[in-house]
Amino acid sequence: MTVDKTSRAPLLDQAPGDLLPAELLGRHDGGKEALPALDRRGFLKAAALPCLACGLGGAAVFIPRLQAARAKVDESRFVREARFYEKQPYKKIKCVLCPRECVIDDRERGYCGARENRGGTYYTLVHSRVCSAHIDPIEKKPFFHVYPGTTAFSIATAGCNVNCKMCQNWEISQVRPEQVRSVYLPPRELAALARQNGCKAIAYTYTEPVIFYEYMVDSADAGHAEGVKSVVVTGGYINRKPLEELCRHVDAIKVDLKAFSEKYYEEIVNGKLKPVLDGLVTIKSRGMWTEIVYLVVPTLNDGDDEFRGLAKWVKAELGPDVPVHFSRFHPEYLLKNLPPTPLKTLERAKAIADSEGLHYVYLGNVPGHPAESTYCPRCHKKIIDRVGYLVRSVHIKKGRCEFCNQEIPGVWGS
Amino acid sequence: MGSDRRVSRRSFSRWSLAGLLLPAGACRAGVEQRGVAGTSSPPERSKVVVARDEKVRSGRSRLDEARVLDLLDRSLQALYGCDSPSEAWRRVAGLGKVIGLKVNCLAGKGASTHRVLVEAVCERLQQAGVPAKNLIVWDRLSSDLESAGFRINERGNKPRCIGNDIYGYDSELMAYGRVGSLVCNTLTRRCDAVINLPVLKDHSIAGVTIALKNFFGAIHNPNKYHLNVGDPYVADAYMLEPIRTKARLHICDAFNVQYEGGPSYLPQWSWPYNGLLVSADPVALDSIGRRIIEEKRAAEGFPSLKDQKREPTYIATAADKDHRLGIADPGRIDVVEV
Ligand code: SF4
Repeated sequence: MTVDKTSRAPLLDQAPGDLLPAELLGRHDGGKEALPALDRRGFLKAAALPCLACGLGGAAVFIPRLQAARAKVDESRFVREARFYEKQPYKKIKCVLCPRECVIDDRERGYCGARENRGGTYYTLVHSRVCSAHIDPIEKKPFFHVYPGTTAFSIATAGCNVNCKMCQNWEISQVRPEQVRSVYLPPRELAALARQNGCKAIAYTYTEPVIFYEYMVDSADAGHAEGVKSVVVTGGYINRKPLEELCRHVDAIKVDLKAFSEKYYEEIVNGKLKPVLDGLVTIKSRGMWTEIVYLVVPTLNDGDDEFRGLAKWVKAELGPDVPVHFSRFHPEYLLKNLPPTPLKTLERAKAIADSEGLHYVYLGNVPGHPAESTYCPRCHKKIIDRVGYLVRSVHIKKGRCEFCNQEIPGVWGS
Repeated sequence: MGSDRRVSRRSFSRWSLAGLLLPAGACRAGVEQRGVAGTSSPPERSKVVVARDEKVRSGRSRLDEARVLDLLDRSLQALYGCDSPSEAWRRVAGLGKVIGLKVNCLAGKGASTHRVLVEAVCERLQQAGVPAKNLIVWDRLSSDLESAGFRINERGNKPRCIGNDIYGYDSELMAYGRVGSLVCNTLTRRCDAVINLPVLKDHSIAGVTIALKNFFGAIHNPNKYHLNVGDPYVADAYMLEPIRTKARLHICDAFNVQYEGGPSYLPQWSWPYNGLLVSADPVALDSIGRRIIEEKRAAEGFPSLKDQKREPTYIATAADKDHRLGIADPGRIDVVEV
């Protein structure tokens, strides 16, 4: 799945009783679990909740804990006919949104759990069905070359099209939409909230936005109408056609490249590497800004050869200016038996990538490390000074280094 | 369940008579296969009872309640080697204080566990001393249960009938092999034992879905485990402790067998087999069930599951040295026809 690796999922910060509500915890009081609509007042009220993730550097956080009312929920408002599928005989369908290409019988769901065949028509069950919402620094995604120092209105719906053993957010990514609390947040409302809260962008993150593709695209369009950008945090496990279309709607895409070996993808991710690499090439070829995060997991994807292979491939296929973030692993989910990544391993990865000629190699989840900052590849001066997610200074003007006028690639805005 | 079914006078008196004639504990020793799940020494052989009755239908599709009861009685008696059905049912009733009945209702009417069968099991268990409220009929979703003709019930002196969406899932993540899941509260907290009531069906991805795979309905994320024809996921999911230890008896509804096009209900490939498959060994039951489906497919001109690249290899995996959930080798399974 896609993880905002520098943070824990919002729901993880809640008390256990809030963590797995609805179907996962069940109902013990005889009432029916409700998924109430989030009206603007309610949402803003929720926004006033204490900042539960401030310790992680969130500029402001709100969490939709909107379970006061217990009413019968109209689930139909989350359901829209899905895009990118083919009808087959006997009411089967084939979903071609992602490389998994699930063939699904009537009344069944795809691997992601967020799409369902109903009588031979395929539906997304998660349009406007937000299970997690935060206002985060954009650095937390992480995007280091996209509007530094701004915030992103970050949302997720439940489900994912892979199943990573180290997933930090499995309580929302590895469940079905009806198994977690969600709020109804249609695209125009989302865009308006992002703008009202001063966010530069909407970020589709925490789970895997590919599985809420229709909502993401509609929201990106609604955001642009409000002057709000859209950034995507994805595992990149998506077919070419929907990816090309997505590139026409959003402003930047960060890809979690989870390893540089098919073996790791098969055994740890439950997916395949090649479509992700192909996707990165497609993103680049469409002129879309992209950054790569590589979560370094001790003993599983931390070999010199793998780091070097990755760096060589990035340089050859995407160019040396694509930022690569080597991020620290923390034991989670089904990989609790491994230790956190040693700092030395991360520094070794950076040294190898630097030596291969990549211009922007960062370390993640190591607050205070010098490799959190951006340095000009020509004069080597610090041009974005970061501590954690805090941006202390930016020395880039009109996309150029203030000290030596070197062009610095990214989405800097005016 | 919907009907608050009482024991009919006819069946009750027949039972009482049988009970009077037999001393308690008259079942033959060594015949019963207990759940062999995960034990270090699985039995040398397993037994699967195949019970059929060509006259089990009272109408074109309606099942005759009395004949279903009779099939059940004969099956259990044969499985446990008892001289009377009442003794066999007493053994079933002794499996636990609160007994769950895991049905399979995903496909709606036509390819789901028949309500008549479930009511018959409940009736016999009540006669054997289990209070109605200590019986829980369950499946993944309440809406699936309703679409198969069950009525949701949470209270009163009736068997409970409820989906995991209402009782929820245990918050502890359980893992085995390639599976990591939350298990439903019905299984972890409410039942001491489970009688598994699957359907005999072809499955477009996993080859077949019978006893082992029916417990995908006990975990929160079954959609993740259909990769590689369900192998080893089906076997791994069954290894989760509450499933492995509480699933004690498997009564497979084979009144209609979906031999092609499953798990959906497609009437053109639904075969009125008019029977039950009963075993304490889910692997043996799946092995024999798979054979029945394969034979019917061959007779109807369909390719084998292997030729269609959906051979249910998870059945053999469930029997391997890591899982030891039962016996997959048909040569070591005694098929008892009644
Ligand atoms: S998006 Fe979901 S249903 Fe579609 S192919 Fe991917 S995992 Fe399967």
